[in-house]
Amino acid sequence: MVDIRIPIGLIFSIFGILITLFGFFTKSDQAMYQKSLGINVNIIMGVLMLIFGLIMLWFARRKKKA
Amino acid sequence: MKVDLSWIDYLIMIIYFIFVLGIGWFLRKYMKNANAFLEAGRSIPAWVAGLAFISTNLGALEVMGMTGSGLKYGMLTTHFYWIGAIPAMIFLALFMMPFYYGSKARSVPEFLKLRYDEKTRGLNAILFAVMTILASGISMYALAILMEKVLGWNFSISLWISALIVLGYTYLGGLSSAIYNEVLQFFIIVIGLLPLVFLSLKDVGGWVGLKESLAPITTANGFPADAWTTTWKYTGEATSNPLGIEWYGVLFGLGFVLSFGYWCTNFLIVQRAFAAESSTAARKVPLIGALPKMFIPFLIIVPGIIALVLLHDPAKGFVLPLDAGGKPIYDYTIIMLLKQYLPAGVLGLGITALLASFMSGMAGNVSAFNTVWTYDIYQSYIRKRTDNEVADDRHYLNVGRITTIFGVLLSIASAYIASKFGNIMDFLQTIFSMINAPLFAVIFLGMFWKRTTGHAAFTGLLLGFLMALLHHGLTVPAGATTLVKGGWIASLHTYPVEMAQNFWTAIIAFTVSTVVTVGLTLMTRQQKTEKELYGLVYSLTPRTIEEDIPWYRRPVGLAIGVGVICVILSVIFW
Repeated sequence: MVDIRIPIGLIFSIFGILITLFGFFTKSDQAMYQKSLGINVNIIMGVLMLIFGLIMLWFARRKKKA
Repeated sequence: MKVDLSWIDYLIMIIYFIFVLGIGWFLRKYMKNANAFLEAGRSIPAWVAGLAFISTNLGALEVMGMTGSGLKYGMLTTHFYWIGAIPAMIFLALFMMPFYYGSKARSVPEFLKLRYDEKTRGLNAILFAVMTILASGISMYALAILMEKVLGWNFSISLWISALIVLGYTYLGGLSSAIYNEVLQFFIIVIGLLPLVFLSLKDVGGWVGLKESLAPITTANGFPADAWTTTWKYTGEATSNPLGIEWYGVLFGLGFVLSFGYWCTNFLIVQRAFAAESSTAARKVPLIGALPKMFIPFLIIVPGIIALVLLHDPAKGFVLPLDAGGKPIYDYTIIMLLKQYLPAGVLGLGITALLASFMSGMAGNVSAFNTVWTYDIYQSYIRKRTDNEVADDRHYLNVGRITTIFGVLLSIASAYIASKFGNIMDFLQTIFSMINAPLFAVIFLGMFWKRTTGHAAFTGLLLGFLMALLHHGLTVPAGATTLVKGGWIASLHTYPVEMAQNFWTAIIAFTVSTVVTVGLTLMTRQQKTEKELYGLVYSLTPRTIEEDIPWYRRPVGLAIGVGVICVILSVIFW
């Protein structure tokens, strides 16, 4: 009917790109990242989500070919 | 107290809303008949149904409540998972699912009709329908009030918007849409809360640091130093653990009666397995759900425990909002933690995770209500099937659609009632939660004893429920200030904690129901022939043959794996 991996892959890729970019633009804002113990969680989570999203899309694509 | 959100946080939420509605929109063209709309056409792959199974259970009240319980009871809260869920999920998968799925029943009430009779179905269908609407109203209220207090959103606007989005995608794509969205919501909840777990653990110096910081706090409260980081160790005596219950109370009350009552009979949950594409897939659904279920405590309970440390360290500046009586509102622990650790960006993701958990729970309620109303109440009592199958199907599809709208509107109404008369709603929910334990007794006996009769089942169900009510009316938990907590007839016995009262209510309901059903079965005559009971009862159903699947991919293999991991986790955190 529908391969749910496609929307999951898409939304996490979009979230990943958005949050990584946001993380880069706010990199110098130390006050903002004081909350997260000085760690730029946006870049870390953004990259992780992008990887997760792409893996989901890759799985969906592989299944379609088969 | 307020949390300020930036544009990026709102953007993430909006993207999420577009996706959930988009999935519904994409599925709308497949909704050609009632079967597709209300049963997802029995075509869902096992892993999708399995994740939906656990996502429905991971509603907003679960996430908020379990984090708060982590703060109050520490790792003992994991009893709701490792002993209070996994064994029941394994039992459901291996022993009950073959009869549920094999019966071709479209709902749990319909199974009762096939196995017993019309009156047993009617009783269960009506109680279930009312309970479902109440539950969805209460969780909607909890979410809207949280958004109002912490994010400063208008109560009614957040209530209507979240309800209308759920209505949008369930109206468009029915049960399929609810299930597919639950899978998406599952990943959003897990990934959205992940940064919180890592940051909060890092802040207190990891698990070892957490234990060290907890020791002075717990000893000051009269508990052993590691009372908050162990599970079974201090359950020898009720007074030496924060839960206030002994090991046998946990084992029998939670591990057996409450959990089997919930996981094995609650149609809200079981419906996900009914939608699976095959009998083997249906048996795998609860087991696939059990895998993430075992690890959810690390996602929501551990941050709750960390919140206890933060509360006792003024330097952290962590506070919980207080209620009118000046007591901290433990249910707000999760959102205050999000505020504490997450900067803009991932904060939006965390709030979206809370919204997703709310939606997965509510869509579960709406789709289950829908099926029970359309098939078990409307089709059975209001407009029965005719000879014209095509017209019938069209008719019931429309009824299903309209019921979705009514279900959501009724939920909204009950959310408003909860906001005005919170006590009444709490009371009704307590009462309706009493139907699960007797229901488990009756379904269990029906599946494993072919002699069990309809009259016996009906009486057992009713008396079990009434006895639970009586017990609740005659006992009170210590320190209860309202009659909502019990003792509304007289107060004959006082329980040390409310949970102990709940456990005993369920144990009594289950015992009465079993004794009455067995007793009356021996006195009444079986109305059903063996042919009618084929596929519904253990001794009259041929064993499923799964020789062609390697053992480790069979449900049994998966169940052994789940069981082993669960035992390992329990031993590590003993």
